[in-house]
Amino acid sequence: MNRRTIFPGVALPLLLVAPQLALTGVFFLWPAGEALWGSTQRQDAFGLRTVFVGFENFAYLFEDPLYLQSIGRTVVFCGAVAALAMGVALLLAVFADREVRGRGVYRTLLIWPYAIAPAVAAVLWLLVLHPQVGLLGRWLNRHGVDWDFRLRDAQAFGVVVLASAWKQVSYDFIFFLAGLQAIPRSVVEAARMDGARGWRRFRTITLPLLGPTMLFLLVVNVVYAAFETFGTIQALTQGGPGKATETLVVKVYRDGVVNLDLGSSSAQSVVLMAGVVVLTALQFRLSRRRDLE
Amino acid sequence: MRDVGFGLWEGAMRRRSVLAGLGSVPVAAGLARREAWAQAARTRVVFWHAMNGVLGEETNRVCAGFNAAQAEFEVVPVFKGTYPEALTAAIAAWRAGQAPHLVQMFEVGTGSMLAAGPAVKQTWQLIEETGVKIDPAAYVGAVKGYYSLPDGRLASMPFNSSTPVLWYNKEAFEKAGLDPERAPATWPEVMEAARAVKAKGAANTASTSSWFSWVQLECYAAMHNLPFATKANGFEGLDTELLVNAPGFVKHLERVMAMSKDGLFRYAGRDNAPDPLFVSGDTAIAFMSSGTRADIAKNAKFRWAEAKLPYDPELTKAPLNSVIGGASLWTMTAPGRTPAEYKGVAAFLQHIAQPAQDAEWHQRTGYVPVTLGGYEESKRQGFYEKNPMADVPIQQLAQGQVTANSKGFRLGRMPELRNIVYEEVERALQGQQGAKAALDSVVSRGNRVLREFERANKA
Repeated sequence: MNRRTIFPGVALPLLLVAPQLALTGVFFLWPAGEALWGSTQRQDAFGLRTVFVGFENFAYLFEDPLYLQSIGRTVVFCGAVAALAMGVALLLAVFADREVRGRGVYRTLLIWPYAIAPAVAAVLWLLVLHPQVGLLGRWLNRHGVDWDFRLRDAQAFGVVVLASAWKQVSYDFIFFLAGLQAIPRSVVEAARMDGARGWRRFRTITLPLLGPTMLFLLVVNVVYAAFETFGTIQALTQGGPGKATETLVVKVYRDGVVNLDLGSSSAQSVVLMAGVVVLTALQFRLSRRRDLE
Repeated sequence: MRDVGFGLWEGAMRRRSVLAGLGSVPVAAGLARREAWAQAARTRVVFWHAMNGVLGEETNRVCAGFNAAQAEFEVVPVFKGTYPEALTAAIAAWRAGQAPHLVQMFEVGTGSMLAAGPAVKQTWQLIEETGVKIDPAAYVGAVKGYYSLPDGRLASMPFNSSTPVLWYNKEAFEKAGLDPERAPATWPEVMEAARAVKAKGAANTASTSSWFSWVQLECYAAMHNLPFATKANGFEGLDTELLVNAPGFVKHLERVMAMSKDGLFRYAGRDNAPDPLFVSGDTAIAFMSSGTRADIAKNAKFRWAEAKLPYDPELTKAPLNSVIGGASLWTMTAPGRTPAEYKGVAAFLQHIAQPAQDAEWHQRTGYVPVTLGGYEESKRQGFYEKNPMADVPIQQLAQGQVTANSKGFRLGRMPELRNIVYEEVERALQGQQGAKAALDSVVSRGNRVLREFERANKA
């Protein structure tokens, strides 16, 4: 049964897609074009002196060892956030997939953090982990742990990874739960009949069948960690101590908004845009392959 | 002061007071409308500022005072977020031809605004064009110097200025066996006091510092008459280079690092993030802005005192003035802006420059008086008898003769320079590098930023 509506002429279809096209144009194409153009310019904050410099901003960027370090740091950060968020989400989903009392409540509670704004989430974590104000932070210091994420690179990195992953667990949880529920009971039952025990059943049946979901979530988590964690990091550490938590988006903000170095900031945005394009293409390919399966 | 980190939390708390304030808006708007009918065609002057909470209310009060005092102009204050947000907003607005008449700009944005050419009308120009009477000689030297051109003409209008001072917890001093009436005046004395505090366990932390770059490098440079950068700290040219890896600075950073290692000093974050440590009584000694006085007076549950910043007796016997922080007012241009509008701006600036206005602003906000007259007026009113030590920052700003090294800074992208200082110092305090290496790094990275600024701002 194929119900298709064919609109006559050209004007009406165009009119119907016009709002969407306009939105794409105004909120994506225009700013992206501005960033592309800006990345080839050198200008002062007020735009009084603008010089076309070609790829100079990019050359300058990739000469800068601090920028290259920032790329490396972002990769590690994305990996850590994705691993932590997906690991915890999978664990929770496996437990939620069982017959437990109050399953509905449990699931709803797990989804809540997703609705919290990044900056608010950061303040919550600050109240828990701050070495002088935070509940856990104070407790650690009282018990002889030298806890001070404002001056310990590793601790600061751990804190931003934790706060960022926490928000993403909800999202991953929903997908994992759906993935688990899509696994045919008969397969699991058959394995059980063959005497496969819990862990073995999970490793040989559940994990492979969750593969497509995992690949999809991996891409989504990496994109999230790379682009949507700015609010969390800015509110928690502002990229410090040193540059320990300065990821690429934090640097774009700092160079563009604080430092008013528009050329370099635009060039960095273009680099990030290229990253998004690659990741999105990857995601499309993966999801298409999943549809075929 | 900018809101970062903790500011976010405070901001959330303050928003409550903003909401509470909203209740009165309809009434005020109604009154304003009736007034507008009564005296039609007042020239409007839009004033963007970055003062929230109590300071925002005070700013509104100053504007309302001006509006009530005359019938020709109406100043409309608009809160635009934090200082960096106000700067970004003003730049975007100017590019769109919609700049406000006046914008409040933090002191470290001065270099950027001076390079703004036709986007701003410097105060001396405004004085010349409108014939308004604002005498640069009326201003406190350390304030005037920061906002003047090398030849002494006022570039922007001094408004809210503060300077860092040493705050100490008198009760912790007593517990440590120190004289609570005598503040440490030199760095060796600070170390001695910190040792006593630590030995007796008189406080969780012996000392801390807010605004590390401003207090421990910028003010340190000025007070010890050390050049911070070449070309008279940037006043004489964009081709300036940092000099903060000179022995005087290295020695000081080494001292702070040694104190940190011995548990005599705690680095508690960037900007004003360490402030709560003093207010909560966790630290015995804190280097913080004089502008925190109102907060301390309201929230500290112990006896406290403020004193001048310490100096190193091996570098100087007579420390000079410290440098100011805070913000000044810049007049901005826009297409089609009329002489009458600039006259309105000038009239408002003249209004706030009056000693009585300045004194009131100083007393109600905790900022220092920016004019000599404002200080005299406050003395005459007996403000310092009622509020002992409230004139410590003023005396500190007035000590010695202002030199090229103590006049302030004219460095482009100074907020970024401060970020670099934070980063390198944080790495040094973790033991990842020595003091000299950290400051060498500040110089090489900072110079790169300065060259970028120079390239972008040369025709």
